[in-house]
Amino acid sequence: MDLTLKIWRQANSQAKGKMVEYKVSNVSPDSSFFEMLDVLNQNLIEKGEDPVAFDHDCREGICGTCSLYINGRAHGPDSGITTCQLHMRKFKDGDTIYIEPWRAKPFPIIKDLIVNRGAFDEIIQAGGFVSVNTGGVPDANAIPIPKPDADLAMDAAACIGCGACVATCKNASAMLFVAAKVSQFAHLPQGKVEASIRVQRMVAKMDELGFGNCSNTYACEAECPKEISVSHIAKMNREFLFAKVAAQANEK
Amino acid sequence: MTKLDAKIPEGPLTEKWTNYIDKQKLVNPANKRKLDIIVVGTGLAGASAAASFAELGYKVKAFCYQDSPRRAHSIAAQGGINAAKNYPNDGDNIYRLFYDTIKGGDYRAREANVYRLAQVSNNIIDQCVAQGVPFAREYGGLLDNRSFGGAQVSRTFYARGQTGQQLLLGAYSALARQIGKGNVKMYTRRDMLDLVLVDGRARGIITRNLVNGEIERHAAHTVVLATGGYGNVFFLSTNAMGSNVTPVWAAYKKGAFFSNPCFVQIHPTCIPVHGDFQSKLTLMSESLRNDGRIWVPKKLEDAEKIRKGQMKAKEIKEEDRDYYLERRYPAFGNLVPRDVASRAAKERCDAGYGVGTTGLAVYLDFSEAIGRLGKNVVEARYGNLFQMYEKIVDDNPYETPMMIYPAIHYTMGGLWVDYELMSNVNGLYVLGEANFSDHGANRLGASALMQGLADGYFVIPNTIANYLSDQIHVPRFTGNEPEFVQTAKEVQDRLDRLMNVKGNQSVDSIHKRLGHIMWDYVGMARTAEGLKKAISEIQTLRKEFWSDLKIPGNQNEYNPELEKAHRVADFLELGELMARDALIREESCGGHFREEYQTEGGEALRNDKDFMFVSAWEYKGEDQEPVLHKESLKYEFIEVKVRNYK
Repeated sequence: MDLTLKIWRQANSQAKGKMVEYKVSNVSPDSSFFEMLDVLNQNLIEKGEDPVAFDHDCREGICGTCSLYINGRAHGPDSGITTCQLHMRKFKDGDTIYIEPWRAKPFPIIKDLIVNRGAFDEIIQAGGFVSVNTGGVPDANAIPIPKPDADLAMDAAACIGCGACVATCKNASAMLFVAAKVSQFAHLPQGKVEASIRVQRMVAKMDELGFGNCSNTYACEAECPKEISVSHIAKMNREFLFAKVAAQANEK
Repeated sequence: MTKLDAKIPEGPLTEKWTNYIDKQKLVNPANKRKLDIIVVGTGLAGASAAASFAELGYKVKAFCYQDSPRRAHSIAAQGGINAAKNYPNDGDNIYRLFYDTIKGGDYRAREANVYRLAQVSNNIIDQCVAQGVPFAREYGGLLDNRSFGGAQVSRTFYARGQTGQQLLLGAYSALARQIGKGNVKMYTRRDMLDLVLVDGRARGIITRNLVNGEIERHAAHTVVLATGGYGNVFFLSTNAMGSNVTPVWAAYKKGAFFSNPCFVQIHPTCIPVHGDFQSKLTLMSESLRNDGRIWVPKKLEDAEKIRKGQMKAKEIKEEDRDYYLERRYPAFGNLVPRDVASRAAKERCDAGYGVGTTGLAVYLDFSEAIGRLGKNVVEARYGNLFQMYEKIVDDNPYETPMMIYPAIHYTMGGLWVDYELMSNVNGLYVLGEANFSDHGANRLGASALMQGLADGYFVIPNTIANYLSDQIHVPRFTGNEPEFVQTAKEVQDRLDRLMNVKGNQSVDSIHKRLGHIMWDYVGMARTAEGLKKAISEIQTLRKEFWSDLKIPGNQNEYNPELEKAHRVADFLELGELMARDALIREESCGGHFREEYQTEGGEALRNDKDFMFVSAWEYKGEDQEPVLHKESLKYEFIEVKVRNYK
């Protein structure tokens, strides 16, 4: 396959970026999208040019490191996958492919296609955990959990923290990411104890970091590589409402 | 050899760990606040250790090369985690888990360490459930188990095909909680490039900030390495692209002994290599061998037709299929340990029965399971794995058998540690895959997660107190001590040297060639002749690297080529050590198969008389031969046998 690539190049967080055109030829349809970019970078290095910087690590769709907005879609044209799982057979010979970084204010660009998603870590630090220390916990089977609840918790827990939901949302909302964590714990007895404080802290942190509001377009669900359902957002909203009502009742 | 004292506690096997805890020294809470611990790596071992230290009151600095601690490669583990809970009532207990692990490791692991691992395995499951890890459950609400290779019981806990992810997110959330509280200072996008010793003790590290290239000095009372394995020395492996040996190698060069570097695990169920452009290999979970049956054609002519695309797997009649694992190992069948399954696949392919266009693949077939259980059940068990396979290969495994071939997956070797997980460098601890301690010459499936979390949650929080208890009067280090300044300068010099080669070859092109040498001569089958050749070819390639490497850009910016160059420079030295270790080990055991040492039936032939030891290599300087030390292994509580899965 011969392809034309239009890629966002930006030397560092301060520099001004722009789209730059490159050609790659003889790309195998069986290669992954990153293997195609590897070929491009190899060519650039041979010419003494700066290779294109992009985030990637496991290359099997689980670490959540990779990003990329490809032809206007987070993680590219296929659904239910990350960019590293995208294969060139999804494109046609002669195609022009536009490659951009995640664009969202809370995810500043570091270089080229790499952004800083530290904001996600900060949200988890605010409350995305069950407050148990190592040791002194009950036997694992002392906490029976109905299988449907455990399965729902697992559906939510599948989030890889890649940020596609934020990148694809016109408001750069992190609702799906936050909801996935809130909902995982809300479905489990272990998480119930601090459910109220958790959702309040995580939502407050999300707002503080500059993520936008949810306007129910469901773009996040459509682009989520792990196909996490927006029903978790509804669950979070209920949790948040209960928490507020409970807080008000306590004040009275 | 007085230098290698494993410090195994007294008493019978079952009481060693409790005896240790009874006698260990403690640090009181007020003093813990005055003590700093550096943890490098935030996978299962690193994140669980860092979180546990901070909960205890120590001040922790944690480091990872990824953009977030949640992305460490533990996350990619699919199948499960072992524990001796015996919930299924199938005859499991701590002793049996210990025994299976020692036997699975082909009697090359330390008895006391492995027994402790089995003992704390149950605590891990309790801990993870309390954190909200969504393990698979039965309809009654209790936890489900499945079987894995090398065991005749079902002791593996799992969370769909994402067990590593869920366990890591559990440890990550515990770590995040401590970061939020200010007890852990987290440094992301940092490469640890050297270890700092002050008066012979590990007191800090030198890192490079990958975003702006700054060389940083970090000090502490003790340093804990949990930096994973070195499988990427082969270029193609199931490891993440960034997985590297650099922190471990830096410690080796500062005097820490490197043990059993030649013990590498080659995983039998990976998607086969399909082109030169390939950047990594993808594992298909071992759990698939619970229901998938492995076979190749019985007739050479059928195999040939399949390779040429003239015949399909489905067209081969049942009686013309060779279920070679079931044939050779009727007792364990498709669930033999990984080393055995990998070698058997290679044997069939070398004999001309391999399938796929390259002939380097065997079938993993679910048609029998689909017939027996129904497609729905198979989908519930393995759906995400099937989907992953289909995305990569463009073939539907519900209809045509999967094709698999062995690939580099895990490294049993690593830095030598004693029972307390301290290396021979005072104050330097090594956890998880980065140490050598628990898996001998072959690791059983679902045991890596177990070891990482055992080390991090339950072993090191105890053993580190034993060291830190006499450090309470040592004032905090600033990082401005001459040893730090000097080591930082050495790091800077090394980076300058890399940048200044200004040759013509990219890092990847040299790394790929190293990978070929390693796979051909230090891979699944090794010979004395091949290993000698590998040593000389690696030496030549290393010279080429240092005279013809090309790194674009500069040091003071985000420069992935420079990152890779430093890692490959270390792999080019490690590869030679691996070949040396394989050369002196004149026997076959576990993942180490020397063609000269096999039975008539092609099984590994161990030599317990001469090689029942842990090798521990001491660095002697550039262009000097390393010195071999040996820790002999004594089995007091089990009978050493020929490993038999027939």
